Amino acid sequence: MAVKGTIVVDTEKCKGCGVCVVNCPFGVIALSHEVNSKGYNFLHMVSPDKCTGCTSCATVCPDSVITVYRVKI
Amino acid sequence: MDINDIIKPENKVYGKSSVLTDNIMHYCPGCSHGVVHKLVAEVIEELDIQDKTIGVSPVGCSVFAYNYLDIDWQEAAHGRAPALATAIKRLNPDKYVFTYQGDGDLASIGTAETMHACNRGENIVIIFINNAIYGMTGGQMAPTTLLGQVTATTPYGRKAELNGYPLKITELLAQLEGTCYVTRQSVQNPAAVRKTRAAIKKAFQNSMMKKGTSFVEVVSTCNSGWKIPPVEANKWMEENMFPFYPLGDMKDR
Ligand SMILES: Cc1ncc(C[n+]2csc(CCOP(=O)(O)OP(=O)(O)O)c2C)c(N)n1
Ligand code: SF4
Ligand code: SF4
Ligand code: SF4
Ligand SMILES: [Mg+2]
Repeated sequence: MAVKGTIVVDTEKCKGCGVCVVNCPFGVIALSHEVNSKGYNFLHMVSPDKCTGCTSCATVCPDSVITVYRVKI
Repeated sequence: MDINDIIKPENKVYGKSSVLTDNIMHYCPGCSHGVVHKLVAEVIEELDIQDKTIGVSPVGCSVFAYNYLDIDWQEAAHGRAPALATAIKRLNPDKYVFTYQGDGDLASIGTAETMHACNRGENIVIIFINNAIYGMTGGQMAPTTLLGQVTATTPYGRKAELNGYPLKITELLAQLEGTCYVTRQSVQNPAAVRKTRAAIKKAFQNSMMKKGTSFVEVVSTCNSGWKIPPVEANKWMEENMFPFYPLGDMKDR
């Protein structure tokens, strides 16, 4: 059965550390060129179609700013 | 399928623990402290013990842990968390009592309190964040600093002749009769994070079974103190800390 996932990032609380980026198995996410009000390059999705909702990114995030959703299709 | 059709409460598979407050953590970007806080919160949520848990925070970067987990807390003098936790647990045996301590706090100024609480077999959980440095005060050498490691007080690298050897306090504690569970874990990737969560859960459960002290070391990064960016700091930890501080259970009974 195929799955499709997506994430929602609390961009104001993201600190742009990047540890989630290197732990995404599918190259879905990257740090944005834009910054939040603290000056951090927050996380965003660059290939949203590839997200499986595996939760790897959110599991390693020190600031708990990623919420993961997944559906079976 | 449109993303907005996926973002629905019934499809949520992972999010912030309800035991964490909404306060933005003061930790540097990528600091391991945030991950371990989250895991303690998730275990407390899973075991449904939010109103039965008392934490003791240390002196060090995690001195403000009480701002981030919505449970009862006490703040101990530097290194004294296991002594304070001893009193709290003995007076409130029905509560889950844990300390959360850095390597400077636990393995330097608080060595005596750590050793004796573990040797008495107090029914508490000790969570030990070993980032091989004094993070809060600007990156000075800790007892756990590796040989050759550059810190603010070892600018040419730690030398055994001058600074002594790095202290494997967790191995020492595993030898004590009072400890029931002693393990060393890490949080740099999803598999490691899951293992650490399971270790913290086991430690909390042990504390109600009167088996003795459970001790969970988490080999951690201090990217600011090490002056290495977060992702590279995790690599540095794997390459340099894991050979000297190998992961795994040292004792489980
Ligand atoms: C009695 C006393 N001595 C020294 C200090 C200074 N001090 C504050 S935090 C700290 C060490 C913190 O290092 P660690 O426990 O490893 O925590 P980290 O910040 O690395 O998480 C020291 C020496 C103090 N606050 N009180
Ligand atoms: S791990 Fe968390 S804080 Fe760090 S960049 Fe990713 S979302 Fe932002
Ligand atoms: S849920 Fe998995 S696939 Fe999706 S962005 Fe996070 S790590 Fe990548
Ligand atoms: S100084 Fe080190 S231990 Fe303290 S918050 Fe920053 S990275 Fe974490
Ligand atoms: Mg430290």
